[in-house]
Amino acid sequence: MDLFQYDFMIRALIGALIIGLVAPALGIYLVQRRLSLIGDGIGHVALTGVGVGLLLHQSPVYTAVIVSVLGAIGVELVRERGRTSGDLALALLFYGGIAGGVVLVGLSEDSSNANLMQFLFGSLTTTSRQDLTVIAVLGVAVLVAMLGLRQALFAVCNDEEYARVSGLPVRTLNLLMAVTTAVTVTIAMRTVGLLLVSALMVVPVAAAQQVTRGFRTTMTAAMAIGVGAAAAGIWLAGEANTAPGATIVILAIAAFVALTVGSTTWRILRRRLAPARSGIGVEAEPPDVVLQVGVR
Amino acid sequence: MSIVAVRHAAVSYGGRAVLHDISLDIDAGQVVAVLGANGSGKSTLIRTILGLVPLGGGAIELFGTPQRKFRQWARIGYVPQRMGAGSGVPATVGEVVASGRLARRGILRPSGAADREAVRAALADVGLLDRIGDPVSTLSGGQQQRTLIARALAGRPDLLVLDEPTAGVDAASQDAFAAALRRFGAAGGTILLVAHELGPIEPLIDKAVVVHEGRIAYQGAVPEPAGHHAQPGHDHVHPHAEIERARICVAPTDRMPAS
Repeated sequence: MDLFQYDFMIRALIGALIIGLVAPALGIYLVQRRLSLIGDGIGHVALTGVGVGLLLHQSPVYTAVIVSVLGAIGVELVRERGRTSGDLALALLFYGGIAGGVVLVGLSEDSSNANLMQFLFGSLTTTSRQDLTVIAVLGVAVLVAMLGLRQALFAVCNDEEYARVSGLPVRTLNLLMAVTTAVTVTIAMRTVGLLLVSALMVVPVAAAQQVTRGFRTTMTAAMAIGVGAAAAGIWLAGEANTAPGATIVILAIAAFVALTVGSTTWRILRRRLAPARSGIGVEAEPPDVVLQVGVR
Repeated sequence: MSIVAVRHAAVSYGGRAVLHDISLDIDAGQVVAVLGANGSGKSTLIRTILGLVPLGGGAIELFGTPQRKFRQWARIGYVPQRMGAGSGVPATVGEVVASGRLARRGILRPSGAADREAVRAALADVGLLDRIGDPVSTLSGGQQQRTLIARALAGRPDLLVLDEPTAGVDAASQDAFAAALRRFGAAGGTILLVAHELGPIEPLIDKAVVVHEGRIAYQGAVPEPAGHHAQPGHDHVHPHAEIERARICVAPTDRMPAS
């Protein structure tokens, strides 16, 4: 617990908790739409934004937000068309994004492998006060949108045609999803890194839905798992001196495995118990029959 | 008043004409069935009316307003063929039906007591109120179809549009579904449905529209099923006291006896 006497650890913890809460709240809609890997793709694109920032001596977070928002809108427009070439267009965008990022970071004066690794796998403990403010403001904005528009976003992700016939602003909501995905990717870049961002959006949702029955309960449980994994991950990373981002993701996956095994075991046990119970019922029947025969 | 008015509508997909010169009127309170073989364009017709497929030529009016300017979507309840594929996350029956309230409420206002009441009433109408908290994935195909009808009914629409609502639905669900439609019609609602097989809803139909190769081949009373009619012991009372007229043999593959 001594670790948390340092300011940088406190900042790391707050940053991780915000991401742990926000990423699954957004990720649930991506999973519902079967776009679980989109966050990963946007993360690739964001790396080009980081490269642009380093090259122009601007804050990489701001340039990453701008580039990944543009990338996400591009992906959404391709998806909307629903062309078969969409899959290929996405691949081009993603690999172009990461290749562009590596080249641009290399060209910048600040080029070092350590710098690149920082963005790819996170560097939570170097989070400055200013970074934390950006993470908090953007995180709250995404969270408010995801919770406030829950029913509308659920309707669009669940059945887009029905949403359109209901007169919902489907296109606006889709673009909102694209932009918030890009923003979440960029603010999570500090915590878990661009290559692991998608894990925090998807894994807590996957874990939660092993035990939940409805959308709202899945969302709540996923957010709880996300926050829990983030808090435990930061503490464990500090104690064991491991990379915080990767530790958080491994804990979230551990939660998924535990809940899957737990719920499967529970289902098997219940099935075993159910026939046993009805077996008692069968055994209890003959005396009644005998009694009725006796009456007659 | 004409609820739906289609004038010389034409639709094409990627250069291939799918619908030609379709004109159709649906009056308030009418129950209209669009019939036809697979690929005849019957689903495209109702999807065009709903604005899901762009109109290539002609004009469509909904509730007296040109389709492009129409904004009162809460007056229309749409029931798609099947539950959307986007169901990677569990959702309860109640949550799916609650989507039906959005058109009426708007996306920014939180749901209130009136919304919850409408969801329960719609589920009671299709006989699924006891399943309100269950995940939709645990329901049978017919029950899922009834959930979609409840979703449309929850918005309290004036016009119900259904795309092949009875395809692959078990008998119990077909009856529950027919009863819900009968009540909706009796309350003054207008119904437009696409069907392959009418089943228990046949007595409700006021007008049949047969689409064949992208054109309207017939409009009028429900055409007699070619096969059933000839069967011995057939006790079919025709509800329409119209003068017998020459009937066209429509969509022969649909109306063939099961041999």
